[in-house]
Formats: sequence, structure tokens, C-alpha cells
Amino acid sequence: MAEIVLDQVTKVFDDGYEAVKQMDLEIADGEFMILVGPSGCGKSTALRMIAGLEDISSGELRIGGEEVNDRSPKDRDIAMVFQNYALYPHMTVRENMGFALSLAGVDKEEINRKVEDAARTLDLTQHLDRRPANLSGGQRQRVAMGRAIVREPKAFLMDEPLSNLDAKLRVQMRTEVARLQSDLETTTVYVTHDQTEAMTLGDRVAVMRAGVLQQVGAPAELYDQPRNLFVAGFIGSPAMNFMPGEISGGKLRIPIGEVEAPQGAGREGKVIAGIRPENFEDAEIVGDLTQERGITFEAEIDLVESLGSDLYAYFHVESEGIQSDQLADLVGERLDETGAAGMREGEEQIVARLEPTSKVRRREKAQLWADTAKLHLFDPESGERLGEKTAASAEAG
Amino acid sequence: MKRGSRDYVLWSIGIVVVLAFALIPVIWLISISLKPPNEITDQRFIPASVSFDNYKSLFEGGIDDSPFLKPLINSIAIALITTVVAITLASFTAYAIARLEFPGKRLILAGALAIAMFPPISTVGPLFDMWRALGIYDTYLGLIIPYLTFALPLAIYVLVAFFREIPWDLEQAAQVDGATPWQAFRKVILPLAAPGVFTAAILVFIFCWNDFVFAISLTSSDASRTVPAALAFFTGESTFTAPTGSIAAAAVVVTIPIIVFVLIFQRRIVSGLTAGAVKG
Repeated sequence: MAEIVLDQVTKVFDDGYEAVKQMDLEIADGEFMILVGPSGCGKSTALRMIAGLEDISSGELRIGGEEVNDRSPKDRDIAMVFQNYALYPHMTVRENMGFALSLAGVDKEEINRKVEDAARTLDLTQHLDRRPANLSGGQRQRVAMGRAIVREPKAFLMDEPLSNLDAKLRVQMRTEVARLQSDLETTTVYVTHDQTEAMTLGDRVAVMRAGVLQQVGAPAELYDQPRNLFVAGFIGSPAMNFMPGEISGGKLRIPIGEVEAPQGAGREGKVIAGIRPENFEDAEIVGDLTQERGITFEAEIDLVESLGSDLYAYFHVESEGIQSDQLADLVGERLDETGAAGMREGEEQIVARLEPTSKVRRREKAQLWADTAKLHLFDPESGERLGEKTAASAEAG
Repeated sequence: MKRGSRDYVLWSIGIVVVLAFALIPVIWLISISLKPPNEITDQRFIPASVSFDNYKSLFEGGIDDSPFLKPLINSIAIALITTVVAITLASFTAYAIARLEFPGKRLILAGALAIAMFPPISTVGPLFDMWRALGIYDTYLGLIIPYLTFALPLAIYVLVAFFREIPWDLEQAAQVDGATPWQAFRKVILPLAAPGVFTAAILVFIFCWNDFVFAISLTSSDASRTVPAALAFFTGESTFTAPTGSIAAAAVVVTIPIIVFVLIFQRRIVSGLTAGAVKG
């Protein structure tokens, strides 16, 4: 076990494309670190540099205090789980899991003992003598995990290990991975584009965009104190709602009403306001007392989705449009998640998560309440968060 | 159902026709080889009496006097050596071509193809002179070199296609598992490429085994003459008898190693060996 330190690590490909830009990241011994971001953000490249499968163009990579930039993968003592598992098809499950140990010259009995221990943990005992071709997707995934854990390496590197599983199995394996990691206490770097995995699995999460690390912190911190528009929009499902706002004379005016400008906003002029879906509520449900610390407004509901435990109400507000590169990067991701296509010019679609007992109906006007204490404000130019920063997020910058 | 059975009948007829077309000459050859010398011209498809005299005559006199035994050994040795050398070199070359980006990669492949397409007969004359000058005329080496120049491109072509199909991730997984590049190649890539390697090996072996042009031109004695060339020097019992029976028997005998070779390796050419490596 060991800590992993990336110090100004940069990757420039032969064609000049800069996939990872001066990345600084310290992963503590035994920590479960998630690298998350949309596709093409450089997270896999970063992981492959840690593994030694990609050269590091500049900067320094240390594992367990030793610089390993020029060491080949086999000398780094790390195990990797590939997205497509990369099991050796000509070997049985037992041979697959024991391959690294047999290369290391461990004697046969020892290998057998370790493989069987790992197989027991992963519930693979009865499949040990089968070949990968005869296993189901979930079993192959577990073999890939098993191949990593039998080695007791310094660190696990996982490259979207669950993305090839169907939804139900993915949830099951997610808890499995979390349990394994907390049992083994091995430093783990886990790459995913799925923000649910990021939020539920990691001790800390590192959000990347276009090769640049955006924010590193505990999941709750990223959720409550996103450093910029990109992190705010990426973390959370359904995603945070954004609308244009303007601060003047100590008041913040947003399309759904006007509130006192939060302290520490420290400026006048245009801002982008963000509010999470769960910070809305049906005005009839919230008590009068609570209502006073937010704003109540009327909106015409475009669509209602009832999930049983929650109810999502979609409505729109007038807006001259929000321009931000950071948000543009998110559009593709958001379309996948919420299907928020078909927006018209001059409108922003807003999603509100309401109590399932709410009586709002499609195409009817409803009184909604927004908890404006939970508003996030961002600079429309730089996308940076306005207002106080927590110590941790300031440090990550 | 009706349609199914009609298809079945049509397919059966088709298969019988193809089988007959392919096998009748072989059966005929076997039939001739089993006839005693005085019945060879009796024009019967099934021999009236069966005799193994033709086969016996091939091996009579042991290694020194038999017209067939030494060439058979030469054929086996030359074809095997060529196959081993060609496959070893070709798997290194093909691996590099499939895996690495380097200048001149296309040139190598194009060159290999061009050489494989070159008519062998046009090189025979120069080779004859060169080999005599170099002193490798009528030696194993004298045949193995020209065989390699044709077998190697063939093997490279087949192997590049197979290596390209092997997922790159597997090799990286092996590297992370602690394998040196050589170990990753030998323990992961080569076993997966085995079907391709054996396919290439069979093709190369058959090419060497069947060659007549080089064998007849670059050999002059039993020291290195292979079977196809040796058959041309078979003589009858007297000047006026054709050696039909012994040639037929020899032809049957030289077919056997090919059949054995294909049968052995066919079992290794298991389709779908790579299935399940990565999620497709």
C-alpha cells in the first residue's frame, strides 16, 4: 500500500493534443479516489499514466514516495481492472487470477491458496476451472477484480470497471467494489464518467474537464460547494438548474423572483444562479414558516415525472440564454441523463424535485417554492463560484 | 418443412458432386498403386487383384538403393526447417507490423506481397548460377533459402491479419500483471494467435512440400532431392516399361504426411478461441 502523488503531470500526444494539463493530485494511502468527468476529459489518460501504459510528457509521478516516471508497468506494483476486463481467453479463471503471481515466481501452492481465498471473497469458487468465454458479464467483471486483488498490490487502478454491466448488476457490483475496497484498504484510483458511482464510491472525487482538474474533494463537498459551473452541473442527478441573474443594490434578481443578495457575493452585475432540483418544493406542502426564507412563485408545469418516491416537475423560465463554455461541455452529458432536449430560444428548463404527494399537474399553473438559501452563484465570464469558499476547495485550487 | 427437405436434397447432391470431383482422381491413384505391374493398363477402376509390390519397390534396398526413401527424408526435413524458420521470423515481423507504428511499415507489407507474387521460374536461372558459385547447389540450404523467400511473405500476411484481431488491452493487462514484453508476447499473444500460426504453418509446409520448380532445378542427387523431383527420375523395370505403378504408390505415400499434418493442426485451429476475452 502506498500513496500516489501526481506533481504537475502533463500528457501531450504525438499529434500535439494535450490530454492532461499539469495535474496535481495527492492520493493518500488507502484512499478511494474517483476521477470523474465527461468522455475525453483526460481521466483515463491520467489513470494510464499512473499504470505506466502511457508515457508522462512532463511532471512527476510518485508511488509510495518513489518517482516511477520511467518504470515499466511491471515494476510499479499496481493492479489494473480494464473497462473490457481484458481477461486472458486461453486461461481458466484460476490461471487468469494467478497469472501475475506465477510471473512473479510465487510457488504453486501459495498461488492456489491466494487464488482460492480471492475466489471465496468474490463468490467465484465454483467457476475457477472455467474459461472467460463461458462466464456471464458480472462473473467476468469479478474475475477481473479477482486478478487485481490476489496480487495485494500497492494500488488498484480501475478504468470504468462497471460500465459494461447492465443497470441492475452495476448497482450490485458498485456496493461490492465499495465493500472490497474498505475491507482491503488498498489505495484505489477509479475512473468513471458516471457521477452516481463517483458520489457513492469515493472517499474523495476529482472532477476533470478538458485535461484540467476542476475540483478535488469529498462527494458532499463537491455537491454543496462546487467551485465552478462545470462541477456544479456535472455532479448531481438530475443536474443543477441554471438561470441568469443580476445583482443590483444588494438584491439578486432571478427569473423566479427577487431575494437579498447573499453575503460575500461581493459584486454587482450579471451572475449565473444555480439551484438543485431538491431545493424546490410544492408551495402547498411547505409550512408558512419555511416559506418565508425562500421565494414562492407561479410556474406552468410542462411535464411531470412520478418515480414513486419522488416527483419531478419540469417548467421553464424566461431567459436571454446563458453562455458558458463550461456548461456547453455538459450539454451532451445532460441530454443523456435527463433528455432535456427541445428547449426553445429564450427559455431555460428547470427541474424541480417535489414530494410525491404534490398535486401539480401537467400544463397547469402551480405555486412552487424555492429555498433561496441554497442558491449557488457563479461568475458568467469565468464560471467560478461567487461567495465564500471552503478551506478545502480553496486548497485544491 | 417441404422447402427444408428440398434444400436438404439439393445440398446433398451438391456435396456428392464436389466430393466425387475431388476424390475420384485420388481413388484412381490408389487403385493404380495397388495393381500388379501386368494389370496396370487393364482400364479397370477397381483392381482385379490387390498387390503391394509397387509400395515394396519404393522402399527396397534401404536408404542407399531405394529411389524414394532418401528424397522422402529430404522433403520432410526441408519442409519442416523452412516452416519453423518462416513462422518464427514471420511472427516477430507480423507482431511488429500489427502493433507498432514505424516508417516503412506499408513498404514492408507491399514488398512482402510483391515477392510472394513473383513468378518462381524467373528466379531459377540466376539461382542455379549463384548457388553453384557459392557451393550450396544441391544442398538443403540451397532449397530452404528460395522456399523462405516465398513462404515468409505468405506467413507474414496471414499472421498480420491474426495479430490485428487480438485485443491490445490483453497485452497491457499482462504488462500490468508484471510481464516483460517478451513474456506478454509468449504467454498471452502467441497462444491467442495459435490458430493463425498453425494456419500459416500448414500453408508454408504445403508450399514447400509441393514445390517442383526449385526442387528439380537446384538439386542433382539424392543428397537434397525432394520427392516431387525424385518422382521424375523414377525408372521402370526395363527401358520399355513405364514406372506408372511406383509413381502412383509414391504419390499416395507423399500425400499421407500432408493429411496427418492438417489433421494434427486442425484440432488446434479452434475457432472462437478469443471469444470472451473482452466484452464485444
